[in-house]
Amino acid sequence: MLSVTVSSGVVVLVGAVFLASAVEMIEALTIVFAVGHTRGWRSAFEGTVVALLALGALVAAFGPALVHVPLDLLRLIVGGVLLIFGLQWLRKAILRSSGLKAKHDEDEIYRETVAELSAQPTNAGRDRISFVMAFKGVFLEGLEVVITVLTLGTSAHRLGLAVIVAAVAVVLVGIVGVVVAKQLSAVPENAMKMAVGVLLVSYGTFWTGEGLKVHWPGGDTMLLGLVAIYLAITWLYVAWLRTSAPNQKSEVSV
Amino acid sequence: MKREASFPVRVIKGFGMFWWDFLVGDTPEIFVAVLVIIGVIALLSESGHFNAVAAVVLPVLGVATLGASLWRAKRTAKK
Repeated sequence: MLSVTVSSGVVVLVGAVFLASAVEMIEALTIVFAVGHTRGWRSAFEGTVVALLALGALVAAFGPALVHVPLDLLRLIVGGVLLIFGLQWLRKAILRSSGLKAKHDEDEIYRETVAELSAQPTNAGRDRISFVMAFKGVFLEGLEVVITVLTLGTSAHRLGLAVIVAAVAVVLVGIVGVVVAKQLSAVPENAMKMAVGVLLVSYGTFWTGEGLKVHWPGGDTMLLGLVAIYLAITWLYVAWLRTSAPNQKSEVSV
Repeated sequence: MKREASFPVRVIKGFGMFWWDFLVGDTPEIFVAVLVIIGVIALLSESGHFNAVAAVVLPVLGVATLGASLWRAKRTAKK
């Protein structure tokens, strides 16, 4: 019988990488669909593929190099970066949930991109504007995925797993997008972002502690404890901010 | 007339801008707080007696940082 041991660290790693990759892919897909529908699919597809190759090259270049950094230093740097990154994500998701910040609206982004592209003159054959827009959309959204994959993957010595999980998420979202043939506006994006924020902050706290030689009670299991703590706190912060949100006249500009 | 920067300069500038936006962006309070957290936890964990305290203080400071940043956002929205 096959025996598989899955640590809490791996569970959190898979969850964080999958959700972060899926969310960013949804945002990238919105731009690619807007470009494809407005100006044709060929250059949009080429821009997407080149961006994905560039992102893959970044992981291939920096992943093996990061493995050579001393583990404690790597975990401290990764922990610090994840803590900052995760707190930023969680802050935005809480502000959106509480109504203090407008929700990320894929339909609105789609409409704006289509309007912007429609105003540009079209070329016969290869379309440089389509290529650049699709490339930028995929590359910029994908950079956050690359950072998540590199930081979580290398510090947990699971870079291969992180890359596979991210690739599965990207392919899955891509397939769903192609099948429904439109941007995925019905996906509960803010809830996914909140979950990613909680996982990143939990990992960031854990690795920062590991890098500074803090002895966590329960070892790796403490990671799940941190997830529970940050989830509870997130819920409390949303409830606190919701009490003042209905009276807000202006939204937070972040 | 202002000359356009060379390709390597633009790449370095872009790289620097990316990390500045990524780590600091519009939430400098989070960046500063994380640096302070690392400093405090480094001091606590160095002293053997306080290592267990560091395991409690670290998530507490993370939660406090998030709260402070949300409070700042709430105050900004009120203006």
